[in-house]
Amino acid sequence: MKRRNKRLGIVVSALAGLGIATALVLNAFQDALVFFITPSEVMAKTEMPERNFRIGGLVEEGSVIRDPQSTEVTFRVTDTAESVTVVFDGILPDLFREGQGVVAEGRIGPDHVFRAYNVMARHDENYMPAEAQEAIERAGHPGDAAGGY
Amino acid sequence: MWDGIGDFLAMGGHGPWVWGSYGAALVLFLAEVLLLARRRQRVYRMIRRRARAAGMSGPSMNEGGGA
Amino acid sequence: MSARPRIRWFRFSSPPAFHALVDRLVPWLWGGAALLAVAGLYVGFFVAPPDYQQGNSYRIMFLHVPTAWMGMFLYLLMAIYAIIHLAWRVRLADVMARSLAPTGALMTALALWTGSLWGAPTWGTYWVWDARLTSSLILLFLFLGYLALHAAATDREKGGRAASLLAIVGVVNVPIIYFSVKWWNTLHQGMSVTATDAPSMAPSMFAALLLMTLACWLYAAAIGLRRAQVEALERSADAGWVRRVMLGETDAGTGQHDGDPGSAVLERGRH
Repeated sequence: MKRRNKRLGIVVSALAGLGIATALVLNAFQDALVFFITPSEVMAKTEMPERNFRIGGLVEEGSVIRDPQSTEVTFRVTDTAESVTVVFDGILPDLFREGQGVVAEGRIGPDHVFRAYNVMARHDENYMPAEAQEAIERAGHPGDAAGGY
Repeated sequence: MWDGIGDFLAMGGHGPWVWGSYGAALVLFLAEVLLLARRRQRVYRMIRRRARAAGMSGPSMNEGGGA
Repeated sequence: MSARPRIRWFRFSSPPAFHALVDRLVPWLWGGAALLAVAGLYVGFFVAPPDYQQGNSYRIMFLHVPTAWMGMFLYLLMAIYAIIHLAWRVRLADVMARSLAPTGALMTALALWTGSLWGAPTWGTYWVWDARLTSSLILLFLFLGYLALHAAATDREKGGRAASLLAIVGVVNVPIIYFSVKWWNTLHQGMSVTATDAPSMAPSMFAALLLMTLACWLYAAAIGLRRAQVEALERSADAGWVRRVMLGETDAGTGQHDGDPGSAVLERGRH
């Protein structure tokens, strides 16, 4: 009986140690683990990074401008506090909508315009029928569905 | 809700993704069940064979029952 | 490993009792899983309406979410059995852990596959290396690594112990998967269903998800228990209890029957 419980103690304390070590490592690599950064985080930087990175947020309502001559599209990505202009030439995902989540890959120029080579839609955690969404909009809470940022 | 079987299979243009998912699930679940059933039969056959062989050579099984 | 009457909750660590329990439970589990899956698929495809954004591709969720949950849950369960195996040297715990791993790997692989097929039309990409997707892939590798350690060892005892150790070490990955969407920015969305808040989806969608989740539970229970039963029989094929429960022998050593003594038992026990 005694030896069994001792072995259990060893296993449990080893697991606890491993958990703490993992938490410390993950905390140290926090920056590498985020998939995208927000417009506020971009704007808070004193100098713009000169490498590719991902920016994420909501497509600002009324900001999408499609070039009639080409597939180029310009829109603003916002986290409601700050927003960044994104230029993209290519095929947008089906779920790309104003007011919906988006993640763009590319780099930012000195003019603070983000030139994306890839745009992904980011879905929110809400699932509902079309009628329910219309009801929410009628009730005057259009932004409610796009939470999670 | 669906306008015929064609509309159902089309899934509003998302058919390949939806059926690719459910099809893979069906194949994998069936494969798991069948493989386990086969393994079970194999083990049962082995035990019967060994019991018969042990029976020929006289009673030699341990009463305690090991794990 | 004979039954110890003093420790009641170890009762089913007695192999014959476990064998009988599995034979009793498994048909009910299969029946329940089939019924719930049919009900879940019916609600999921014929009652739940299309999503306001995704249209019909969201119906992949009814498969994706239960399998993803099941993968994580089976890993936790496997790790608990691994702890029992290492701490108390209960061999049936090793049998249980080993029997859950293939189903856990299958569930995780399905979650990744369905997630990828959902991501293609929804996100515009099959795969990204965000925290949720990467940690889920690691979960699959942990299951496969566990199975590989079991298979590679020539000494079953040692292989089992090494595999159990890996299972325990890898358990830190489960909370990372679960909370990744909270802790870090990910392309994967946040949790739609949590223990504390109302689910952020229409009731009929949630009903389908719940039914499919329960079906998944019963399936995993049925296949996990059956595999553990077969594994236990295989590991102790020569033990007296195996012959008694399988061949209906009341006394050890009376193996000579006319014809095939095992067939009656086989017929009854087949699922």
